[in-house]
Amino acid sequence: MTRTLPPLIDYVLLPLLNLLAALLVSAALFALIGVPPWTALASMAEGAFGSGDGIGYTLYYATNFIFAGLAVALPAKAGLFNIGGEGQAMMGGLAVALFCLAVPSWPWWAALPVAVLSAGLGGAAWALLPAWLQVRRGSHIVITTILFNFLASKLMTWMLVDVIRAPGDPSPETAGFGDGLALPGLDGSPLNLTLVLALLAAFFAWLLVSRSVLGYELRAAGENPDAARYAAIPAGTLAILAVCLGGACAGMIGVNEAMGVSHRLVLGFTAGAGFVGIAVALMGRNHPLGIVLAALLFGALYQGGSELAFDYPQVTRDIIIVMDGLVILFCGALEQLWRRPVAALWSRR
Amino acid sequence: MTLLDLLSVLAATLRLAVPLILAALAGLFSERAGIVALGLEGKMLAGAFAAGAVAALTGSPWAGLGAAMLTGIAVALLHGFASISQRGDQVVSGMALNILIGGLTAVLGLAWFDQGGMTPALGATARFMPVELPGAQGLGPVWRVLVSGHNLLVYATLALLPALVWLLYGTRFGLRLRAAGENPHAVDAAGLSVARLRYAALAICGALSGMAGTYLAIAEGAGFTRDMTAGRGYLALAALIFGKWRPWRTCGACLLFAFTDALQLRVQGVALPGIGIVPVQFVEALPYLLTIFLLAGFVGRARAPKALGRPFDKSR
Repeated sequence: MTRTLPPLIDYVLLPLLNLLAALLVSAALFALIGVPPWTALASMAEGAFGSGDGIGYTLYYATNFIFAGLAVALPAKAGLFNIGGEGQAMMGGLAVALFCLAVPSWPWWAALPVAVLSAGLGGAAWALLPAWLQVRRGSHIVITTILFNFLASKLMTWMLVDVIRAPGDPSPETAGFGDGLALPGLDGSPLNLTLVLALLAAFFAWLLVSRSVLGYELRAAGENPDAARYAAIPAGTLAILAVCLGGACAGMIGVNEAMGVSHRLVLGFTAGAGFVGIAVALMGRNHPLGIVLAALLFGALYQGGSELAFDYPQVTRDIIIVMDGLVILFCGALEQLWRRPVAALWSRR
Repeated sequence: MTLLDLLSVLAATLRLAVPLILAALAGLFSERAGIVALGLEGKMLAGAFAAGAVAALTGSPWAGLGAAMLTGIAVALLHGFASISQRGDQVVSGMALNILIGGLTAVLGLAWFDQGGMTPALGATARFMPVELPGAQGLGPVWRVLVSGHNLLVYATLALLPALVWLLYGTRFGLRLRAAGENPHAVDAAGLSVARLRYAALAICGALSGMAGTYLAIAEGAGFTRDMTAGRGYLALAALIFGKWRPWRTCGACLLFAFTDALQLRVQGVALPGIGIVPVQFVEALPYLLTIFLLAGFVGRARAPKALGRPFDKSR
């Protein structure tokens, strides 16, 4: 069973089969709620790619999902499962907002490096304690990151309701940032410069993991911490670093949302992107290129899903959450479902 | 704070604790058999939806309860298929179910009932309403406020509690179930099926989660609303860890968490002497903070079942 399959099967065919299974179940669900599956698919594809604005929205969602996918994938290289992307993204957004509110008159190009740095630090800081607790005290990172998600959401509610809410504003959001701070983007869609940052982040993640000594040591520590320690690799420290880098990536969602789109910080801006990151990382097999492609797919699903909601009153964006869950189920938990028969077929050849 | 205030806070604690206790016990069975109970949230939510939908269609809370427990079991068996038969990652399958069901209940709710994802509001006969115990007026405030006046599921849970503890600690089945979570190879060597034991544990987990969902949807609430579990599944998991995977301590943790919740409703906007107004969110965050402290090993050590999260592979 552990016999290795050719990369084409392992990295292309199996994810596609898993995706197909998820799509088939979704099609059944569409049929169940009275939407013809084929029409739904066509309508979603049209919504996601049929117009310039549609593509803009697709890429805007994909921007968040690349960051969220990296937030899961980098710690996964060290053998740790970070489901705290949601909370880390909130902290990144908070850091960006605090900085932007402090420098209302700066131009965006001067503010962007500092904003990126503060978003990264915010996300990384929120990931640090769960990572440290896992490595040094053995507390399970899955549980602690979930708890930190809840803590982050309470903290955000408190901050945005009681502390940094714009005076007189009935909804929990900060005042608008300075006019010059808005990142350049396309008209008609929320797509902005952050997409370039996301692609750069994916590229650097690839460089780090696959082309650097640090990345080699990181992967060694993830595969076999004991062997790594024997080779004088500081496995624990590297694991903490990997989780914090993941947290920093998640924090960038805050740059996209606060500086790129809303030009203020809005409560609930993460909108579950952190959890989509799990599906993206699983589908992309934790490889940056795979993550970019999977993020595009999910971006298209999100945008297509919103369009679908216009066409059919009985459909909401929730249907995309269902597909998200199905992809995690098939690509992650039921990964062996196709692997075994395919591997059997392959070895019989 | 008068005695009556205190009693009503305690009564609220009990009411808020019951769904947590049910879910935490569900998690206890799952985790003691070696399956990570991350999917509690989804199982509860599925149960809540089934209870709300079926109670609305049939007008009977009992049919709702039955449907919720069956739905919980069905979801648990799917979880089992992924994590036992397919030996998939239990954390991933648990998260997948939570996300999947969060979306699915909203989609189906909207498609079937056309009320924005809610199930229709239920009348008193389709719900588990508060019952007044005999003597509620004559036996003093403790009996009237604290003991009487809860719904049937509260009393059912209190009655179920010792039975479940006995099942886990007093029977051969319970011993084997716990062994499957500590040392599955020994269970296998004794000629028992680890898979069957874990499936059985998950079925119990599903039934109890379904009951917890029922409580939220048709006892406390008057119908299903989207995401109505609101993280209680995760909170129950935290209580399970806080209770160090032991039933009575876990119930204690649930009561503690529920108490902070009940207190939070009371102290909202009230200035405390020497501290001033405590933001609600800080009180709400307490259970999570406490659990993190415990996990960090600052409040004693929590030891998980040894084989927790590991798929059983005979040949290893």
